[in-house]
Amino acid sequence: MSLLELRNVEVVYRRPDGTPVPAVAGASLDVDAGEIVGLVGETGCGKSSLARAAVGLVPVAAGTVTFEDRPVHVLGRRARRPGERRLQLVFQNPYESINPRRTVGAQVADAFAIGRTLPRSSWRRRVEELLDRVGLPASMAGRFPHQLSGGQRQRIAIARALAADPAMIVLDEPLSALDASVQAQVANLLVDLARDLQVGMLLISHDLAIVRHVAHRTAVMYLGVVVETAPTAQLWQAPMHPYTQALINAIPHADGAGHLPAALTGEIPDPARPPSGCRFHPRCPHVMDRCVAEVPELVAREGGRAVACWLHEAPAAGRPAGVQQAAP
Amino acid sequence: MTSLLSVRDLRVWLDTARGPLSIVDGVSFDIAAGQVFGLAGESGSGKTITTLALLGLLPAGARTGGSAMLDGRDLLAARGARMRRIRGREVAMVFQDPMSSLHPMLTIERQLTEHLRHQLGMGRREAHGRAVELLTEVRIPDPEAALRGYPHQFSGGMRQRIQIAIGLACEPRLLVADEPTTALDVTVQAGILRLLHRLCREKDLAVILITHDLGVLSALADTVTVMYAGRVVESGPTAQVMGRARHPYTRGLIDSLPHPEAADRALVPIAGDPAGPESRPPGCAFHPRCRFSEPPCRTAVPPLVRIDDGREMACPVDPLVASLAP
Repeated sequence: MSLLELRNVEVVYRRPDGTPVPAVAGASLDVDAGEIVGLVGETGCGKSSLARAAVGLVPVAAGTVTFEDRPVHVLGRRARRPGERRLQLVFQNPYESINPRRTVGAQVADAFAIGRTLPRSSWRRRVEELLDRVGLPASMAGRFPHQLSGGQRQRIAIARALAADPAMIVLDEPLSALDASVQAQVANLLVDLARDLQVGMLLISHDLAIVRHVAHRTAVMYLGVVVETAPTAQLWQAPMHPYTQALINAIPHADGAGHLPAALTGEIPDPARPPSGCRFHPRCPHVMDRCVAEVPELVAREGGRAVACWLHEAPAAGRPAGVQQAAP
Repeated sequence: MTSLLSVRDLRVWLDTARGPLSIVDGVSFDIAAGQVFGLAGESGSGKTITTLALLGLLPAGARTGGSAMLDGRDLLAARGARMRRIRGREVAMVFQDPMSSLHPMLTIERQLTEHLRHQLGMGRREAHGRAVELLTEVRIPDPEAALRGYPHQFSGGMRQRIQIAIGLACEPRLLVADEPTTALDVTVQAGILRLLHRLCREKDLAVILITHDLGVLSALADTVTVMYAGRVVESGPTAQVMGRARHPYTRGLIDSLPHPEAADRALVPIAGDPAGPESRPPGCAFHPRCRFSEPPCRTAVPPLVRIDDGREMACPVDPLVASLAP
């Protein structure tokens, strides 16, 4: 069993007129201890909804979310169950996710008060340890958020998550509000934390390039479904799904070569009325008759990969894949 | 190269109780027709303020010095109706978020033809025809239907195309695009970059492209100026500045980016945070974050020196620069 398992998860919102909008339409994903899994895709692909479902911030309409072999409950008015406190979330914007009126130290210590995990006499020392762990000086504990830079705030948000002694952290676009030079600092911090603390991480990002440097495995979502997962290096070397290929080809390179990136034709369709068959078929350069009629399953391939595309029809009996582990 | 816009020693500052607070300090550049001029920098580098100064859109209280000559007229000296006419007819703007720069309650037609009717005095029918042409030019499918629509009915990429169409309405010679693709997905961004590239070539349009994204700059810009803490640290042809970055800050920026060809290489961040206007260090403002800094960097502001490969840079530590400095 993996640390965090998402199986055929569906998340459905409703428009004001009652039309159901399936933001996530059957997505499966696993994250192991110490592993960083990148979940990439563009606006409206459902990656944030899937992340929210993973921590119980939105209810799942179908499928299961399991953390440490127990189902994750949807957050309500009651306190989070103690076991689920080891599943933490870090948001995109550290200017909004941190309380501007409380000191950094007090906010990091919240988890101790809620979890009653630590005698009050040790709070201060533990806060300083956590600040050090995320690369900040102990003197930060007495500061207020407005005295910090964006990168420092995001480190505080990560320290707050770490204060709950998590086994798993879900991070929703934790790098995209940061300047490039600072983004790399926080990206490297995530890699160190996963390795040193053996925390599992699900990293949601629209930025495939940064995910490549951080994640061990990458899952690509399009219009509510996972279309490809693979060990990150393989995904880049030989992307199998045409959408993954389009994402990679659209990234501009900062090399001064003046190379214009390739554009993808068409627009992302309305998730309330997804295209038939493969959801990517209206925009796919390799579309075949079959793609219009039949939905491709996410099928396991060699090397811990899985892809949902008729171009790569399964060699033998198609095993519907959750997500396989990369070979250790 | 005959330049369309020539900016010399542009300075922007605020008068505060504690004396002048410098935001932009001595920025100079030239842009020729049909060229994309890229302005790069992080938060607080002054790149956006630089262009707002050119457009006469600085917030009240900001003061400017230097000159910005567009065809013999100084943009920094233009005021009121004259500035509005320049902004409407000769210089157009495209901003990051088309949802906030388009009016949510007005049809696309109204927003697209307003310029044509006010600035060019076109009649309703003529303006309508031109609006269809403009939407076709930026590749909006079914322009007639699009004109009847409202901004919320379009995707982010389509809204940015509409904004570009509005910018092009009066056939400006200079387009200022401030982070035009930052709010867009990468596949949509690629489409907008291709569109800007085509327009620039076909219409002989000069473009100022402001962005923190060096990949976007590399794709589109002919020349690049990198700003840090209100000053230019390196500028020159894109192939030189991006391809063979030389200033420690430019190099640091490029090393901190994910590299598409070298995935195994760790990201090398620049230590510390970008310096805002209130907290700019003396001397070279980059020195506290610089791996190569030496004592002189802490006291004297390094001059921008031209190097024989066509670039200019401000770094006293670079041996070549050191030998050229007066």
